[in-house]
Amino acid sequence: MRTEQIDALVIGGGAAGMSAAATISAADFSTALVEREDELGGVLLQCIHNGFGLHEFKEELTGPEYAERWVRKIEQSEVKTFCGTTVMEMNLLEDGRKECFGYSPQHGVIKFVTRTVVLTMGCRERNRGNVMIPGTRPAGVYTAGLAQRLVNMNGYIPGKEVVIVGSGDIGLIMARRMQWVGSKVHAVVEIQPYPSGLTRNISQCLNDFKIPLYLSHVVSKIYGKERVEAVDITPLKNGVPDHEQTFQIKCDTLLLSVGLIPENELSKQVGIELNPLTNGPTVDSMLMTSIEGVFSAGNVLHVHDLVDFVSAEARLAGENVIDYLKGVKPDRELPIKPGANIRYINPTRINPDVNSEIYMRPLVVSNNARLKIMVNGEVVKQQKKPHVQPSEMIKLKISPKFFKDVELTPDSRVEVTLQDEP
Amino acid sequence: MSPDKNTKEMICIVCPVGCHLQVTTDGEEVKVTGNRCSRGEEYAREEMLSPKRVVTATCRLEDPQHPRLPVKTDAPLPFEQIEELLAEVYSLSVKPPVKVGQVLIEDFAATGVNLVSSRTIQTQ
Repeated sequence: MRTEQIDALVIGGGAAGMSAAATISAADFSTALVEREDELGGVLLQCIHNGFGLHEFKEELTGPEYAERWVRKIEQSEVKTFCGTTVMEMNLLEDGRKECFGYSPQHGVIKFVTRTVVLTMGCRERNRGNVMIPGTRPAGVYTAGLAQRLVNMNGYIPGKEVVIVGSGDIGLIMARRMQWVGSKVHAVVEIQPYPSGLTRNISQCLNDFKIPLYLSHVVSKIYGKERVEAVDITPLKNGVPDHEQTFQIKCDTLLLSVGLIPENELSKQVGIELNPLTNGPTVDSMLMTSIEGVFSAGNVLHVHDLVDFVSAEARLAGENVIDYLKGVKPDRELPIKPGANIRYINPTRINPDVNSEIYMRPLVVSNNARLKIMVNGEVVKQQKKPHVQPSEMIKLKISPKFFKDVELTPDSRVEVTLQDEP
Repeated sequence: MSPDKNTKEMICIVCPVGCHLQVTTDGEEVKVTGNRCSRGEEYAREEMLSPKRVVTATCRLEDPQHPRLPVKTDAPLPFEQIEELLAEVYSLSVKPPVKVGQVLIEDFAATGVNLVSSRTIQTQ
């Protein structure tokens, strides 16, 4: 069996993995990058629409172009890349190192013995079972991302008459894509009273094609024996389905864009603590998980809405791995908790002595909100937010200055709240 | 009121705020309200006079590992010409090698807009 002795093993060769691996390798630490598909790039390769890279490259790129920029960086680095290889097992060795086994048709079984691991496995789509749509079980029900892969990479059109469940960005992008391959999208059905995708995608993917968006509606039944034949759509009244108002749309295909879940099978297997608010690992100020030397970044940690943020977060994880390998550790950390109107904050601990960047998701839509950072219940910093909505992550820079006028004790905690100011 | 005066509501797509714009056109003159910045006005004017979109799609690629090649227009294309471009994209077949940014259709219908590859594919 082939054995690789390395400083860092990066698991998953998408946007996060390529960024983390390039960063660690640039500091002359031996790095391996493992990807289960036959080429690097992850989901970016099927995201052929544009809008990527505005932060990282200051230009608007398509997914494949964004991926290619990073693949070049990896090719020009010392990173050892293993494509077509799946990591199935991680063991903790007595000397603190980790032993991981990768399986690959090309290389057979590879044993990686590594000082650190970076988890960058991304996320997967929630499916029909997760949202429990009643009805028969015919062919023609796809998750939106699977349909995207079929159309954009494999060259198959999954159906002609389409209804989309969920107004997440993948669903909206797929509405336009299906129209552009000659299919007809009859409706997008969203359970929330507001769209869960970006407003610009509502405009350019739905309004451009006059596709109706039914807010506060659910697909309440799927019909069809061999193939989807129709769906029932029911409006919600005070959050409860109003069955008398149910109407039917004939269609042969139902696409589901109903959220993403970080893919943490490997993390669970090795006993890494998961955060129930994000479904990703709980991480400290270094983006290190509950197992020392195992770091995490990107959509496996929490689902991001911009790939640029994934690359940035993974670069930070890479820099933290370098610090860890050099023996640099924070002197102290404070827990940081979501307060009013904040769903979660990542990471869950911060180092008050350095600049840090945290990501959070709001629970409300507001066109005039105020973000407050509090320590021991005292407001240390406020920020105006002209527009917030749950589908758009808030990025916040935290500076040591925020803490200069408060006394920090081992019991101190930071809390962030969001107030709607009408 | 002149006969071609007409009012339309639209959502600005320039940034995530998504201002609700009311746009009134009177011939070539466009009046915009509801915008919070000057970019909204510019967007509304173009949207009223000649709406354009960047088009992204795939065409056939003669490579067993990659049956489809992602492509895009290198500039926004007038709305009414999108269907015509797509028909041409879907009849296209590209032989590798192909480089990212390589022009596949030059100056489409004399619009000055090119169709380019979004990916590099080497020969096997």
